[in-house]
Amino acid sequence: MPDPTVPAGVADSVAGDVAVELVGITKRFPGVVANSDVSFRVRRGSVHAVVGENGAGKSTLMKILYGMQKPDEGVISLGGKPRHFSSPADAIAAGIGMVHQHFMLADNFTVLENVILGSEPTRAGVLDLAAARLRIAEISRAYGLGVRPDDLVESLGVGDRQRVEIVKVLFRGARILILDEPTAVLVPQEVDELFANLRLLREEGLTVIFISHKLDEVRSVADEITVIRRGTTVATVKPADVTSRQLAELMVGSELPSPETAESTVTDIPMLVAKGITVLDADGRNVLDNVSFTIHKGEVLGIAGVEGNGQAELVAAIMGLLPLAAGRLLLQDQDVGGLSTRHRRAAGIAYIPEDRHRHGLLLDAPLWENRILGHQTERPNVSGVLIDRAGARRDTERIVRDYDVRTPSVDVIASALSGGNQQKLIVGREMSGRPKVLLAAHPTRGVDVGAQAAIWDQLRAARADGLAVLLVSADLDELIGLSDTIKVILRGRIVADLDPSDTTPEDLGCSMTGAGGPT
Amino acid sequence: MTALDTAPAGVTPPTRRSRLVSRTSPARLAVLVAGLIVCLAAVRAITRADDLTSSGTVGAALRLAVPIGLAGLGGLWAERAGVVNIGLEGMLILGTWFGAWAGYSFGPWWGLLAGVAGGALGGLLHALATVTFGVDQIVSGVAINILAAGVTRYLSTLVFEGHGGGVTQSPRVADIATITLPGVSPWLVSVERQHWFLLSDVSGILGGLVTEVSPVTVVAVALVPISYFVLWRTAFGLRLRSCGENPVAAESLGVNVYRMKYLAVMVSGGFAGLGGAFLAEVFANIYREGQTNGRGFIGLAAMIFGNWRPGGLAAGASLFGFTDALNLRSGGESVHALLLLLALGVGGVSLWNLTRRRIIAAVIGLVVTGLTLTWFFVSAVVPDEFVSFAPHITTLLVLSLASQRLRMPAADGKPYRRGQAG
Amino acid sequence: MRRRATIERLVLALVAPLLAVAFAAALSSVILIVSGASPVTTFSEIVGYGTEPTSIVAVLNKSTTYYLSALAVAIGFRMNLFNIGVDGQYRFGALAAAVVGGAVALPGPLEILLLVLVAMLVAAMWAAVAGLLKTKRGVSEVISTIMLNVVASGLIDFLVSTKHFGVQAKGSEQVTTRALPAGAHFPGIPYAGDHVFGFIVVAALAGVGYGFLLNRTRFGFDLRATGRSETAAVASGVDVKQMVLSSMVLSGAVAGLVGLPLLLGETNSFSSSNFKAGIGFTGIAIALLGRNHPLGIAFGALLWSLLENSRSDLDIHDVPGEIVTIMQGTIVLSVVVAYELVRRLGRIREQRAVAAELAAPPPTAAVGTPA
Repeated sequence: MPDPTVPAGVADSVAGDVAVELVGITKRFPGVVANSDVSFRVRRGSVHAVVGENGAGKSTLMKILYGMQKPDEGVISLGGKPRHFSSPADAIAAGIGMVHQHFMLADNFTVLENVILGSEPTRAGVLDLAAARLRIAEISRAYGLGVRPDDLVESLGVGDRQRVEIVKVLFRGARILILDEPTAVLVPQEVDELFANLRLLREEGLTVIFISHKLDEVRSVADEITVIRRGTTVATVKPADVTSRQLAELMVGSELPSPETAESTVTDIPMLVAKGITVLDADGRNVLDNVSFTIHKGEVLGIAGVEGNGQAELVAAIMGLLPLAAGRLLLQDQDVGGLSTRHRRAAGIAYIPEDRHRHGLLLDAPLWENRILGHQTERPNVSGVLIDRAGARRDTERIVRDYDVRTPSVDVIASALSGGNQQKLIVGREMSGRPKVLLAAHPTRGVDVGAQAAIWDQLRAARADGLAVLLVSADLDELIGLSDTIKVILRGRIVADLDPSDTTPEDLGCSMTGAGGPT
Repeated sequence: MTALDTAPAGVTPPTRRSRLVSRTSPARLAVLVAGLIVCLAAVRAITRADDLTSSGTVGAALRLAVPIGLAGLGGLWAERAGVVNIGLEGMLILGTWFGAWAGYSFGPWWGLLAGVAGGALGGLLHALATVTFGVDQIVSGVAINILAAGVTRYLSTLVFEGHGGGVTQSPRVADIATITLPGVSPWLVSVERQHWFLLSDVSGILGGLVTEVSPVTVVAVALVPISYFVLWRTAFGLRLRSCGENPVAAESLGVNVYRMKYLAVMVSGGFAGLGGAFLAEVFANIYREGQTNGRGFIGLAAMIFGNWRPGGLAAGASLFGFTDALNLRSGGESVHALLLLLALGVGGVSLWNLTRRRIIAAVIGLVVTGLTLTWFFVSAVVPDEFVSFAPHITTLLVLSLASQRLRMPAADGKPYRRGQAG
Repeated sequence: MRRRATIERLVLALVAPLLAVAFAAALSSVILIVSGASPVTTFSEIVGYGTEPTSIVAVLNKSTTYYLSALAVAIGFRMNLFNIGVDGQYRFGALAAAVVGGAVALPGPLEILLLVLVAMLVAAMWAAVAGLLKTKRGVSEVISTIMLNVVASGLIDFLVSTKHFGVQAKGSEQVTTRALPAGAHFPGIPYAGDHVFGFIVVAALAGVGYGFLLNRTRFGFDLRATGRSETAAVASGVDVKQMVLSSMVLSGAVAGLVGLPLLLGETNSFSSSNFKAGIGFTGIAIALLGRNHPLGIAFGALLWSLLENSRSDLDIHDVPGEIVTIMQGTIVLSVVVAYELVRRLGRIREQRAVAAELAAPPPTAAVGTPA
């Protein structure tokens, strides 16, 4: 049953040779409906984009199409025939391949081992490595992917890993490729390379389903675009027929929130000063090399960079989670470079970690215990060496109220909350106790638009209040919108200083890859 | 909600010490073994602890290395599929009991089969608890060890009491005939008796390897290269290992992770069961309670020592088997001789540390060297009580030197639920 | 909501062990029937045994020892640290206390206090070896504590031999340490013509202390946080290595108490046969059974020692007494499965509850209405 909100004319434009058709797909999880009545068609030999904001249900939909989850209702047809997938193996057999958002690669395996896993060429049960090597080389050459079979995956960069994923899919003879947010981890130049690869695939008659929430990219590569909002299909359109603005409104259902900051609140009082910070990895290589900066009271310093260029290490070094091999770190006038994480927190450094499940929360603990986490030495959580349960509980209730954390009580366990609400709790917790400096690593990653807007508001308010913020983000719009200054990090070094007021995401992308000179 | 909202993957963690302990080339291995034999020969010549390299000791070492090695192989199979199996000890116990029972009732070869089946049953239980029910792998392993001890005790009261056995031991099990290489073996023994430097040592070692060797030992030794071949050279093995490295990726490619883990853990139990049956039938001709004496755990340590690879594991098992064998053959004297070897080894490493300017490590090492040497010179033998834990202290020493350079399968020990992907 | 949630959690927590015990009883019944014994006789014998005054004393005394052992294990468990070395630690502690007690005579309570401290200190030091191996050299405590148990056994046999601290009474085969002075005797609590170990009071206090330390102090919070998520604990400022070492030492110190009820309440001297290995493993089982909760552990210890003590009683009544070891094993395995299932169920229920409660106002309302 087609969705009634799909404008008739738009739906009709999807005609011709249909590779995939979804009708009335519905999927429920405990307490949540992830997809309801999703319907659309994908033409053979086209690039079809599925767009929607974080949490709209795109990923669940693709997992259903790839057999990782079973729909509660609805029908999937390939080439006009209804199909039932009970596992990815079924989908692979039907010619569907998936490039996951988070790469599905075993680091300690070679490219070859990763590629052939699950559909190994064998002779009498023994791996036929020579044949596999040949196939991989062929595929790599045919689509210009440049993949070497005997490299250890651990040694590859992000772009290479993605190409390995694509080879993996093609090796299985897939004719329909699903790419889940493939550009999320790429810089603009790498995105261009990827798109060139995709166009080559299309010319060979393959069908590509491309999931994204970056509308400009989608418009540049897709032949058709299906918009999903709150788990259901809203419309299917051709890129030529709509503007990015219109797409965005279809996606969100209202005006997009903007991360833009109002007037500057920067003062000339230095709060956090890093002088020549150097950090070594286990092999003695510089992962951070002589990094220096100053963040003033009321300033947001944005750090831009391709993932894996030292920004995670920078945050970890400032928090005291990695030792400094050289350099000094001053919080106001206090040298905190030698202090433990706990003492740095007590001295006034707050921390929003990029991976809240691993570093920000005790998922099995109630919210009020999570309020204490990271603030085990502060009132009202403790008095002396004892935990002040009543105090912590009361203060958690305050955070829940002030930061709009949607929860029935402070006694539920953290894992019961949605991602956005978990993040709001963390933001509220870190803002408690009036920190001097806030390290915010990807503060709005993976949260819904509502929570994103709320978190941006909180950051702005805190900045106006005199907080110094170090903002690390992969969302270039967020960086440009919120920061007073941007520094670009590449291979552990600061390579450029940019003024966000006259910087575009493209400029930033150039600096991040070292392609263009600093502006 | 869990399915919708998974944590964003963090930035790749700072590259872990990724110098995968490089695979030793055959030439390097040969040099290493030769060097070790020369050192042993020298120590034997100096201390006159002739049992250090006698064919008797080496034969016993081989026999003792078998259960340890089989337990280690069991650990390898399970952990390569991502399941830590601390229940190996329990599976070894099941192997001893079932081996002795079937060996006594139907003949020794049936005993081996029953031992394998008993161990595999323990493995099945471990898989059920950890894979299907997601119980912590160590907790489940400990529980299986407790259960195995209970089950065998109970079964013993039912089956062995009144038949020449009792709660704690079985009746005697018939022998499995051993193999001796004709012609070669007596000649080697005669050379060994001369106590010539190096020549007699080599003869002793070779003699131990070809005299009265059980066919089960041959099978156990063959299982090492077979395991390597299956795990690294077949499609099945690749899939199995993928479950230990990245089960989510494996599942996304259509590998049935649960089935692989079940199979791996059952094979693991089967190997341990064979090791147990070997202990009961070949080593002792009888089941006795407490016979395994922690060999399941030592096997696990041998596997860790071998960096989760079959060859390294075999080396570890040989080392622990050797120290265990000294228990039986003039232990006090031999272990006393080994003190000299230990002092030389630690001393050498300390001097090397000194040249690398690792002062603290060097000083500690030299102090240990001094103490060991003092002990060596002021006493003639090491007390029997100390000899009894020689394999265990060796395990601790080796692990404390090696642990940080090792690389276990990336998803080893982590619980895995189907449909975690994304 | 808060009260309802608490009640629900309590019910879920109790359901798991009850189910496990029921399952173990059912399985044992099947085994008993197969091996030709009557389950009804067996269970009524066990219950009958457990309600006799003389056996109550024996059960309480044994569970005192077990309780302390489980408490030591539980400290590690709460931070995902597996102290399998309680055996070595407690035996070393008891030996040290026996040796010091045999050599030093202080007035009454002081002597006892001294011996308690010695036992705790020595056991803690032995545990610290495993802690250091883990923090300095990265050796898994699972392997190292098991190896250290064997090393401890060898060393203890060496030390207790007549060449060192052992003495052998004329006409006796047993080698023991010198007897403790009278002042070292921990007075018992008279009951049914027998004595319950007075040390049971110390064990109870240890349980209270454990609960308080874990739930009400900063140290306890850090310890539990580390157990729940090591990465999150590190990011919150917990020094995990320090934590591993201190909890290992603490666990060892409690393990040092394990041998004292027997030493100070009954034997008055140390011998290898009276202070056997295996109590550490029992402690692991009981800690799992009691889910690391001080009260849960108490019930677990009582159940365990009841089963164990009724073994010989069953043998008299023609039921194979070893059935209790099967019961124990089954209970442990099924209880860990049951806890895991209940934990998952609880999590799903809680997520449902949150979602249901929030369903009334529209979710992500901040976005506003569709255009």
